[in-house]
Amino acid sequence: MAAVRLVGTPVRRREDPRLITGRATYVDDVKLVGMVHAAFIRSPYAHAKIVRVDLAKAKAHAGVLAAFSGADLHAAGMTASLPVAHKMPDLKTPPHYPLAVDEVRFVGEAVAVLIANDPYIARDAAELVEVEYDELPIVVEVEKAMAPGAPLVHASLGTNVAYAMPLRAGDPDGAFASADVVVKQRLVNQRLAPVPIETRGVVAQWDAGAGRVTLYSSTQIPHLLRTQLSLILGLPETNVRAIAPEVGGGFGSKLNVYAEEAVAAWLAMRLGRPVKWSETRSECFQAMIHGRDQIADCEIAAKRDGTIVGLRARILANLGAYHQLLTPVIPTLTVLMAPGPYRIANVDLEVTGVFTNTMSTDAYRGAGRPEATYLIERLMDLVARKLGADPADVRRRNFIEPSAFPFTTATGLTYDSGDYAKTMEKALQLADYPGVRARQAALRAEGRYLGIGLSTYVEVCGMGPSAAMPAAGWDSATIRVEPTGSVTVLTGISPHGQGEETTFAQLVADELGVAIDDIAVVHGDTDRVQYGVGTFGSRGTAVGGAALKLAIETIQAKAIKIAAHRWGADPADLEYRDGKIGLRGDPSKAMTTAEAGFLAFMGDQLPPGLEPGLDATRRFEPPNFVYPFGTHVCVVEVDAETGKVSVERYVAVDDCGNVLNPMIVEGQVHGGIAQGMAQALYEEVVYDEYGQLLTGSLMDYAVPRAEQLPHFDLDRTVTPTSVNPLGVKGVGEAGTIGATPAVVNAVLDALAPFGVEHIDMPLRPEKLWKAMGTRSNGKVSV
Amino acid sequence: MIPATFNYFRPHSIEEALLLLRQGEAAKILAGGQSLIPMMKFRVVEPKTLIDLQGVPELAHVMWAGGHCTVGALTTHASLAADADVRRKAGVLWDAANALGDPQVRNLGTIGGACSHADPSADYPAVMLALDACFIVAGEKTREVAAADFFKGTFETALGESEILTKITFDAAAHSAYVKLEHPASHYALVGVAAVLVMSRDTIEDARIAIGGLADAPFRAGGVERRLRGIKGNDGAAIKAACTGAVTGQDVRSDVEASAAYRTAMADVIAARAVGAATRPR
Amino acid sequence: MGRIELEVNGTRHELEGVEPRLLLVHFLRERLALTGTHIGCDTSSCGACTVLLDGKAVKSCTMFALQADGRAVTTIEGIGSSAELHPMQEAFWAQHGLQCGYCTTGMILSAIDLLRRNPDPDEVEIRTGLEGNLCRCTGYENIVKAVRAAAAAMAAAQPVREAGEPPKSPGELLEVGGSR
Ligand SMILES: Cc1cc2nc3c(=O)[nH]c(=O)nc-3n(C[C@H](O)[C@H](O)[C@H](O)COP(=O)(O)OP(=O)(O)OC[C@H]3O[C@@H](n4cnc5c(N)ncnc54)[C@H](O)[C@@H]3O)c2cc1C
Ligand code: FES
Ligand code: FES
Repeated sequence: MAAVRLVGTPVRRREDPRLITGRATYVDDVKLVGMVHAAFIRSPYAHAKIVRVDLAKAKAHAGVLAAFSGADLHAAGMTASLPVAHKMPDLKTPPHYPLAVDEVRFVGEAVAVLIANDPYIARDAAELVEVEYDELPIVVEVEKAMAPGAPLVHASLGTNVAYAMPLRAGDPDGAFASADVVVKQRLVNQRLAPVPIETRGVVAQWDAGAGRVTLYSSTQIPHLLRTQLSLILGLPETNVRAIAPEVGGGFGSKLNVYAEEAVAAWLAMRLGRPVKWSETRSECFQAMIHGRDQIADCEIAAKRDGTIVGLRARILANLGAYHQLLTPVIPTLTVLMAPGPYRIANVDLEVTGVFTNTMSTDAYRGAGRPEATYLIERLMDLVARKLGADPADVRRRNFIEPSAFPFTTATGLTYDSGDYAKTMEKALQLADYPGVRARQAALRAEGRYLGIGLSTYVEVCGMGPSAAMPAAGWDSATIRVEPTGSVTVLTGISPHGQGEETTFAQLVADELGVAIDDIAVVHGDTDRVQYGVGTFGSRGTAVGGAALKLAIETIQAKAIKIAAHRWGADPADLEYRDGKIGLRGDPSKAMTTAEAGFLAFMGDQLPPGLEPGLDATRRFEPPNFVYPFGTHVCVVEVDAETGKVSVERYVAVDDCGNVLNPMIVEGQVHGGIAQGMAQALYEEVVYDEYGQLLTGSLMDYAVPRAEQLPHFDLDRTVTPTSVNPLGVKGVGEAGTIGATPAVVNAVLDALAPFGVEHIDMPLRPEKLWKAMGTRSNGKVSV
Repeated sequence: MIPATFNYFRPHSIEEALLLLRQGEAAKILAGGQSLIPMMKFRVVEPKTLIDLQGVPELAHVMWAGGHCTVGALTTHASLAADADVRRKAGVLWDAANALGDPQVRNLGTIGGACSHADPSADYPAVMLALDACFIVAGEKTREVAAADFFKGTFETALGESEILTKITFDAAAHSAYVKLEHPASHYALVGVAAVLVMSRDTIEDARIAIGGLADAPFRAGGVERRLRGIKGNDGAAIKAACTGAVTGQDVRSDVEASAAYRTAMADVIAARAVGAATRPR
Repeated sequence: MGRIELEVNGTRHELEGVEPRLLLVHFLRERLALTGTHIGCDTSSCGACTVLLDGKAVKSCTMFALQADGRAVTTIEGIGSSAELHPMQEAFWAQHGLQCGYCTTGMILSAIDLLRRNPDPDEVEIRTGLEGNLCRCTGYENIVKAVRAAAAAMAAAQPVREAGEPPKSPGELLEVGGSR
């Protein structure tokens, strides 16, 4: 009797009951006896010398326990810099102290911290801190920062350029010289704020008896955080425990080691009291990493038939004032992925990372790949426009064909598997592409502007082979079969919405024949779980899940030995069938994993030499990245009078290889599309020339609400990968990567009658309105 | 974000509230709190005395007498938005009450609070102007202020420091509508146009058109009003033409989201839409 | 310092020493340990802090605790438990209407308020009806589905009415919020 397989089915999430009833524990819900509250004092200036920090009045305020400036921390020996992970030989890495010591370099940089009995008192006392600044010249834009004589963000470096990474392959100059058409376009990926609905938060606790510090933090990387904290605090790593409790969204923003985490831990040690810090949304806009912020001058060369022969791009990446954990690395992914799903042999690319007086940029959902996809997908449309060709045809002509995989790109990546045309044809069919084109023509005659845009993406994720990562890229899993047969899974990844408590349990339930309710998936606590790298880069299932699969195999192998001994059979004749151990040729023999686990616990009926216990820890080192892909099609109408865009239809056909839980995969795609569409239409972090943040609240920064987003129609194709034993690719970022250019291409398609070729994001109504008015010689059709 | 400290009072009559307002140190009225509390959390305002009006429930009502309406200052946006009479007889107010903020804000926020607050991007001020509403103000003595005299500028009204807005009155406006172009993040109006029409059969006899969101205070578009007279309600082209150049001589605001030029141009478009909506039966 | 007497999730509470500036959200989270009500912003924008006040959705970060004196507050903890879920909770679960869960508790309460006002909303009405709540994870797709599903489930759970008899009030369809 075959058990019902759970893998591949929409099993309801096991994490949900606690979440929908309000019984989950996020950091801000952690309350410890004697807990005190930290408030940070932040710079109102984008660049200034700190002349004086006067904490006396704040310290004298009733209920305040202590207050420290950056200089105080230094004097107390807290002199470590916050970490940056990279393998770039010539990277400039200026010091980055948790609290600014003598100079502030962006608005919102922390200069002091105070601790009070109660958060209300902490806020009152923060008003009493006096900081005297001496303003310094400010530079906010990358191009100005690169100009000779520009103000220097870090004077000691003598330059604002942190690194430059050129990448040339083939014969780009020859390709451009022989091309029939060349299209040039400057393309800007504006700065974005990640805006998880839960901001950052920390509770730090010092156990003086054990000499250990425990840090509850809203983080995606508890183990890496532990390692870095031990280095920063000078504690043995065994004396640091990091816990990621329930985490209210990350999107890359919590893949970091932040000043506030280090300071809270230090304060807890110093004061001997548990210290809590809950970030306000205003602080979050200022001092949580931002994403994107790249300017790319691009050129693409094509033959008359649409064949792309060469690609050039000079990319300037705004790094912000300091390196956070992955700041310099992210823009390099843009260069590597610039050719997208197309065969482009000749490339001449370069990315330059530049410091400015703004908050650091770092990994935000997609992290480098949305930028790449935006470049190539906008350029494909521009080539089509120039040639008078259908954008779908130009893509068809250039796709890497399915038989070519594994395919090594001009940028040196090896795409694992793919069938790009298949997703595009399916998406076009679902969207009724010819029908929409016909309707577009009819509506144009009435002065209505419908546009259809597509984007075919391939992205690099499942991060990743350790050799190609700034730090370790493997991940781990432990399976313990407990004496009663329930199973504990300890995973090194750190899910915060991605649902692995469910998908991992599905996998274990199927493979080991255990009821899903008897499986506990544990994560996010460095004292409970073996070292793992965390959740980011769409790696949870592709790397963490793969490690789990290896652990399952080890458990099965041992369980087979136990059963074989019990049956007096040769282990080679045993196998796992539908989650149970069976004997080939003897259907009467069966043993469950639970029974084997019990025998392993009892220890008295084991084959000689076999250790008691049924558990296994395995690590998966990915031999390559994985490369999910897909095609998104967007249909919009632009209101000719106001420039307002309404999205009429959105179709996404994605391919992330094998699917463990289709409901969860679709959810990931929905959320991804929403964020990609938000970049296209709504969101932008704006600093003025003084480095003041003009979009510092949810009243100014437009995170879309339900009514600002459409319904998404999803479908998929399945092209497994051989990179990992599950055949899965990541899907956490794919939606974001695919969506942005689809939306922008649709809007520009709508505006084609006005001769508008390009408008930078976000596509605010005013920009479209202006483009429609000015390009049609002042005639606005209404 | 956490407000500074203050003393809290909940009086049970207007008189008591007025007394507290006069005697309390740095006293302020608290109605729905949907503008005041966010500002207190950022410590943009730090009243020392808060006088919560919720103990004076007679301030929350909508009463119709013939063609005349009285709305108590404490009436919430949500109750206006759910009021069928308001919808039929004062569509312009109903539209604004529905377009304003979000359900949670509408459940607490009040018409009196919104008008007293006089945010230049708010929705009601233009509506009040178009309705030619009258503000009943209690203080040393009770006085009436016409909408045209009430809104003075950004966060500035005709209310004295020790006065309380108690009621707003206006005549029914069967042919009326409010349309706004929203800021994508805040919901507030980049441009909001309130149109109240006097229609005779299908012809616009007279019009009051008020524009908000653009300038420090809402203003009437006199030129548009004149040009609309005599136009057929179903003549979209004529309405558009009449609404062209709605904004003249105003100091129009500009920000990241929308420049002064765009807002000015949009005033024409939104005015035409509001007039068009006002001509149609509700 | 103020004194407050209110009903939270059906239980009466009388507390002394309530600082007037104490926000309702902090009162619920810190004084009553009802941490299912979350905080996601400081501009009254996100709706993570949504609770029902006398049955109507409000943002508990934009209200002082003392304003709730004499009134009834319902938080996420008061509408259902793991053992006995409210149909809206059930629908969010079944339709995968949540990922990180942080917006979810406020979203569920807003959705309940929406069905109180409009028991059978279409997609557009659901989307506009939830405009006071931000979700960064789901793209709202499955939230919309969940609200549709909950509306259907709650309508089906209604006692059969005489043919043609309209519901007495939209609120009749709901068993929440301690309206008094
Ligand atoms: C997220 C959000 C979105 C919003 N969106 C919009 C929008 O789109 N459009 C819009 O127009 N508004 C919007 N608002 C503001 C909303 O309309 C507020 O409800 C309104 O501005 C204030 O009304 P209130 O009753 O809450 O007043 P309160 O906040 O209590 O008071 C506001 C001010 O008025 C004074 N005051 C209140 N009542 C009286 C009175 N009777 N007599 C004298 N003074 C009084 C107070 O002292 C205070 O200074 C939004 C608010 C929020 C939080
Ligand atoms: S916490 Fe964001 S609205 Fe209340
Ligand atoms: S589920 Fe994460 S914010 Fe909505």
